[in-house]
Amino acid sequence: MNADEKIDVSGLSVAFRRGDGYVPVVHDINFSIRAGETLALVGESGSGKSVTSLAVMKLLAQAPKTRIEGSAVVADSNGNAIDLVAMSEQQMRHVRGNRVAMIFQEPLTSLNPVHRIGDQIAEAIRFHDHLSKAQARARALALLEQVGIPEPAQRMECFPHELSGGMRQRVMIAIALAMEPDVLIADEPTTALDVTVQAQILDLLRNLQKKNGMAILFITHNFGVVAEIADRVMVMYAGRIVEQGSVAQVLSSPRMPYTRGLLAAVPRFEHAGLGQGDLGTIAGFVPDPAAPPAGCAFHPRCAFSIAGRCDSLAPALEEVEQGHQLRCVRWQELPDNLAVVQGGAR
Amino acid sequence: MATAATYLPSSRRLVWFSNPTLARFMRHKLAVLGVVMITLLVLACVFGPWLLPYNDLSIDVRNRFAPPLTGNHYLGTDALGRDTAARLLNAGRISLLVGFFAMLISTVIGTLIGVVAGYYRGWIGAALMRFVDAFLSFPSVFLVLVLAAFIKPSPMMITLIIAVTSWMEISRIVEAEIRSLRERDFTLAARMVGASNRWIMFRELVPNAIGPIIVAATLTIANAILLEAYISFLGYGIQPPLPSWGNMLNAAQQYLGKAPWLAIIPGLAITLAVTSFNFIGDGLRDALDGRSDLK
Repeated sequence: MNADEKIDVSGLSVAFRRGDGYVPVVHDINFSIRAGETLALVGESGSGKSVTSLAVMKLLAQAPKTRIEGSAVVADSNGNAIDLVAMSEQQMRHVRGNRVAMIFQEPLTSLNPVHRIGDQIAEAIRFHDHLSKAQARARALALLEQVGIPEPAQRMECFPHELSGGMRQRVMIAIALAMEPDVLIADEPTTALDVTVQAQILDLLRNLQKKNGMAILFITHNFGVVAEIADRVMVMYAGRIVEQGSVAQVLSSPRMPYTRGLLAAVPRFEHAGLGQGDLGTIAGFVPDPAAPPAGCAFHPRCAFSIAGRCDSLAPALEEVEQGHQLRCVRWQELPDNLAVVQGGAR
Repeated sequence: MATAATYLPSSRRLVWFSNPTLARFMRHKLAVLGVVMITLLVLACVFGPWLLPYNDLSIDVRNRFAPPLTGNHYLGTDALGRDTAARLLNAGRISLLVGFFAMLISTVIGTLIGVVAGYYRGWIGAALMRFVDAFLSFPSVFLVLVLAAFIKPSPMMITLIIAVTSWMEISRIVEAEIRSLRERDFTLAARMVGASNRWIMFRELVPNAIGPIIVAATLTIANAILLEAYISFLGYGIQPPLPSWGNMLNAAQQYLGKAPWLAIIPGLAITLAVTSFNFIGDGLRDALDGRSDLK
């Protein structure tokens, strides 16, 4: 792990026990995130995004029910490298919320309905720092101010249901940032919010990141959000990374047909009311991890698949240009023009 | 301005019930009646014995079997000429205290076992719930009688015996509640910030299950009072001369033809207390369930 890297995940695989055997759901994921960098993890529901993040946090069911391989290295509070995958539950408790924090999609249900906001933040601090209640509450107040909650002193006494969705997500962010973690995992943190609030939350995350230099793993299926916040993108399909690169590389010149399909499925303002540029859809569903298709996992849904090649050879991750990698045996033969793809992929 | 003024009186009246849970409880007439009855009963049992002219143990053989409203014996006297009113209220102290503390102990036991079983599930949960099932498979009256036959009966022992045989229902309710609560996002969020299992169980989950626990506890008081009456009636419970509603009934059964009030009065007291607690339990169940507003 370079000194600059806040988290380094390598060879991460996850399998769930089903019946007698194990069903692999995440295969050999590698990534690292530098200080102040945001990596977006994109994919359909069921592609393994959330499992990847929960595996890093060790929040999946324990050993016999799941099998986690590989490593996820972060620095502990003394700067020593520690591998989260190898840690015990007891040790993990000191890492979670302290070195690595996470925010969730549903800010409504992520806060305990029976406790006041201020107490929830203060207790989260007291899990890691031996502070008095009053000191922890003072820190909580400062955090609420930092995440842009108006009248923070009054809000401290509120119950979660008294706040709007955007406010609740700010509270979740305050809790996540309480211990100034090196790494923040944001699992679709803006999906449940209005667009205007979404923009505010993204702004907030960006500003906080600028201040404390944390690394963010941002899980989303919204390419608008990716363009807004991420430095690099990783597209996941059926538990594998199928394309990764900088935001510019992946969003403006996607190569892998799956990425192209996802991008074609994004509604565009330019086409509004013109009756043209129908939304692209990708036919079919994410494959069952217990019975993956032979060859490229995406080939049954791919408009460009060729019998004999795509269904026999599992493509390896190939570098197409500096920092831009993908899995597709045909990438060199495919047209560059996205518009052609839109028509074809439908 | 005029409209605001016209709306004011009604909205002011609503302030009383601005807490929706309280408002729902107040709508349940029988539950309100139950609260009133229990309050009166408790006040009477606490202060009554000091106000009455007779002691519950003073024997007056010349005045045996005096019917109610004879002189200062408002509820008559029993076979030894003891004042029934004084005995009833002193018995009420014991019966209500036994019921209350039995509820408290069984709620603590039931909640502990339910929370641990519901939170850990797996073999711990299965073992604990089979233990609960084993306890439930004994008819509790017989279990209580067997225990009472071996242990020297004192109010404290009776309380413990009743508590030990009536915590299972609460365990099952709490276990089911915790099982569903632990799947909620805030449980994951609590683990996410580094909370320990004990913290999650008792600080995050139990406060969310407090509604069903309170309802079950209220119904448990009713059962505990009834159970104490059973075993005292059968002679294994509170021992005379200490009065309890159950052993007053026991003493009355020989004279059922001659002095029926001796049975009717403690019988009424038991019925009143038990039904009141049951009504309160029903009212709380509706009040703590927000969905009952939609009906």
